[in-house]
Amino acid sequence: MSTVAEPAYRQRIAYHATLLGGFATLAATLLLLGNLSTRAPIEKRLAEDMLASLSQVIPPGVHDNNLLDDVMIFSDKAEDALKVYQAKKGNSVTAVAFGITAQGYAGDIKMVLGIGRDGNILGVRVLTHAETPGLGDRIEVKKSDWILGFNGLSLNNTPASHWHVKKDGGRFDQFSGATITPRGVVKAIKEGLDFFTANKSVLLNAAQTETKEAE
Amino acid sequence: MKVKYSRILLDGLWHNNIVFGQMLALCPLLAVTSTATNGLGMGLASTAVLLASGLSVSLFRGLITAEVRIPVFVLIIATIVTLVDMGMNAWMHELYKVLGLFIPLIVTNCAILGRAESFASRHSPLPSMLDGLMMGLGFTFALVLLGAVREMLGSGTLFANASLLLGDGFSFMEMELLSGYKGFLLVVLPPGGFLVLGFLLAGKRLLEARLKQRKQQVIRKDLLIENPATT
Repeated sequence: MSTVAEPAYRQRIAYHATLLGGFATLAATLLLLGNLSTRAPIEKRLAEDMLASLSQVIPPGVHDNNLLDDVMIFSDKAEDALKVYQAKKGNSVTAVAFGITAQGYAGDIKMVLGIGRDGNILGVRVLTHAETPGLGDRIEVKKSDWILGFNGLSLNNTPASHWHVKKDGGRFDQFSGATITPRGVVKAIKEGLDFFTANKSVLLNAAQTETKEAE
Repeated sequence: MKVKYSRILLDGLWHNNIVFGQMLALCPLLAVTSTATNGLGMGLASTAVLLASGLSVSLFRGLITAEVRIPVFVLIIATIVTLVDMGMNAWMHELYKVLGLFIPLIVTNCAILGRAESFASRHSPLPSMLDGLMMGLGFTFALVLLGAVREMLGSGTLFANASLLLGDGFSFMEMELLSGYKGFLLVVLPPGGFLVLGFLLAGKRLLEARLKQRKQQVIRKDLLIENPATT
């Protein structure tokens, strides 16, 4: 790249190959070191995030256990293993929380859903999504209180035909310019409630989880 | 090669601005500038990567041959972006939750490869870092400007959610310019980004044409004063 003539060895294929290989090795080493040094902190942050979002969907009053400790691995026939977090008071399960996934406008929307023993929604929060900023991201509690509208609803007090956005004849608001996002969220929450109803006896059984040792 | 620092500064911020001058990086530009705050976050993250890639490319420029430079530059940039991504996730988690979405997008920013190729590979580390910084700030300026115009027209606010990005101390930046404004959806969507960018570019050309005209008038006046006989 400079105007000075390059030394002859730099014209050889071997030099180019070594250079490329050297940089690839250097990059791989740096990434490996980076990964090793950040893996533990990232896992810790993610666990903190998980606990923070769990405590948003399960009020502190209904449990006296550490929510991260009582985890039940629920494996259904077709689905992947689902982690269900049980909230316990004394020895009985008062509420459960589990992750649900909605199909949004731009990929999966991961959410956590908390359901009380009576089948009422205690809370729903979006964990990650890739929806359009300014449009679909109003499902986040930071941007709008839309998601709080699900609190207290259940399959008993809200008939199945109402579990749609208003555009589709249901009772939930869509956002101007973004219908696909709330439609997916409503559908996923409805499915979460269906799952809870179908597996109520197992989910609310305190003996199902072996309490993990606190780390 | 002799380097004029003032020239690097002006080139990065205005004359050769990544967006308004080189017309690069339009993909992340249109994707994130629906609000001014998003633009600011993306701009600052890109600036950090430009600075680091400018330094590393410049340090290794004696080793790298012309034949394999592109894969090596791409490797360096991708490594830096990934390290920034992991480091922010681990140690600046709150900021990562806001910016995390944008960081992988930086790899798609051809402007960073462009600066590595056209500047950092030919200059020593200090000018290369300054170039990275100035190009990054110029890019941030373009992102914030485009984001601000789109946000004002599209949703009637300015710097909404700035406190999420910069901390609670900056909540004074959040403004609602027109209360009860219904919003103009087209401007928020990607086609609106193209339209607004077009108008901004036209505005820049107009401004430059005016400045040039004025300069010529001044020169003509000077000539008149010096030798009035020639006219």
